[in-house]
Amino acid sequence: MPTIVFLEPDGTRREVLAQAGESLMTAATRANVAGIVGECGGSAMCATCHCYTVSGDLPAPDALEAETIEFVAQNTTAQSRLTCQIVATDAIDGVVMQVAPQ
Amino acid sequence: MSGVVIIGAGHAGSQLAVSLRAEGYDKAITLVDASDALPYHKPPLSKTFLKDPAAQPQPLRAALAYEAAGVERVTGCISAIDPAARTVTLDGRALAYDALVLATGARNRMLPGLEGLANVHSLRDLADAERLRDALAGARAVTVIGGGFIGLETAAALAGMGKAVTVLEAAPRVLARVAAPETSARVQDSLAALGVSLRLGWAGQGYRIEGDRVVAVVGKGGEVPCDVVLVGIGAVADTALARAAGIACNSGILTDGNLRTSAPQVWAIGDVAETPHWQAGGAALRIESVQNATDQARHLARHLTGHEDKPFRIVPWFWSDIGALKLQIAGLAGGADRRIVRDEEGRLAVFHLTGDRLVAVETLNSPADHMMARQLLDAERTPPDSVMQAGAAAMKAWMVGA
Repeated sequence: MPTIVFLEPDGTRREVLAQAGESLMTAATRANVAGIVGECGGSAMCATCHCYTVSGDLPAPDALEAETIEFVAQNTTAQSRLTCQIVATDAIDGVVMQVAPQ
Repeated sequence: MSGVVIIGAGHAGSQLAVSLRAEGYDKAITLVDASDALPYHKPPLSKTFLKDPAAQPQPLRAALAYEAAGVERVTGCISAIDPAARTVTLDGRALAYDALVLATGARNRMLPGLEGLANVHSLRDLADAERLRDALAGARAVTVIGGGFIGLETAAALAGMGKAVTVLEAAPRVLARVAAPETSARVQDSLAALGVSLRLGWAGQGYRIEGDRVVAVVGKGGEVPCDVVLVGIGAVADTALARAAGIACNSGILTDGNLRTSAPQVWAIGDVAETPHWQAGGAALRIESVQNATDQARHLARHLTGHEDKPFRIVPWFWSDIGALKLQIAGLAGGADRRIVRDEEGRLAVFHLTGDRLVAVETLNSPADHMMARQLLDAERTPPDSVMQAGAAAMKAWMVGA
């Protein structure tokens, strides 16, 4: 069970235990992490789970995620990710994600 | 205690409950549903939920989110509304409200002759999905009646699980009422590649029933044997409570632009609401989608707290994951008389125009086009044909520069 660290918009640090195989968005919404809504349920449609990777190695976004970030998300940077598209695995244990402002 | 009473804890009702508090509403918020399940995402029920016997429903938000917002979740059945007394009857006792919101959703249609059979299914809520998933464990041949979104999403998921899936569709193509022929063709190719057998132009003649099971669907083209039948032929709004209370209904509960029904202090949102639509020249429409439900909920939360007076005006958008295809639709294509098609390897974009005005865009695996479509439709702007043909980057450049 990897631990994912979310930095909420007000700076609060939240350590969330994710189940292997679920998305980081799912883990975050279950833990009620502020600023992560996941309105479309994980279909890369709404960008309400937008975060920035602060530290840790994540698999690169696929074309769908990259395009959605480019055309829908606000305040994007090179570290922007849709957390609904990142699968929790032991390999990403300890990754730190900053929740993006909506 | 009064305050707001919300009937139905689907996408709309759940969103309204938390949005009301976020907008500063300071009285009681009561969210009533017949199910005690934590409100959950419905779209995964026709895909990931069916594939994994251990999958749990995916909550819309944590239980903590309702507690933090002071939302009281109540499990029970509302049997009547008394608009004059401003009460509802909850499991036999009166519950008073200052404002009542009907978010009762819709119910699936069922085919006459198939009601109540042991291996006949429809798919809308968690109980439906659990029942279908249990039945699939021992099934090989699955017959899907209806080539709409639910039927096709499920067909693709089940084909991926190794089931022998047949889709029966009366129209000459799938998604005939909701998508362009080019989109239907791509979806059909993709389903065929997954091994789904498509029987288009299906002329149904009846069913072969043994005991409490249907063992074959019979049509002009022959018999299709089945272990499990899924009926996906659309839904009807759940207006029973409203009608019984004398609230004006058509196909749904009629509302004004701010979701207000014909009864004082009663509003309706989501699948059940039939609301004047800015893209349809003010004609009342009932839209079944997650986006419509959540956006109407947020609008009503702002309106009830005095933060919004203008009528609801959001570009409708929709998505459907059919196997590896992501179908996205923005806007309303009804009444369109012309379309521009950009057909590329691995993706498709179809632009619907009424005269010179862009009214809707359908895409397959092309989120950039979809996102640009939402922005263009919201701004009520139409790029030249050549710009739409050129791609999303060209549309973005045109929108910023023109």
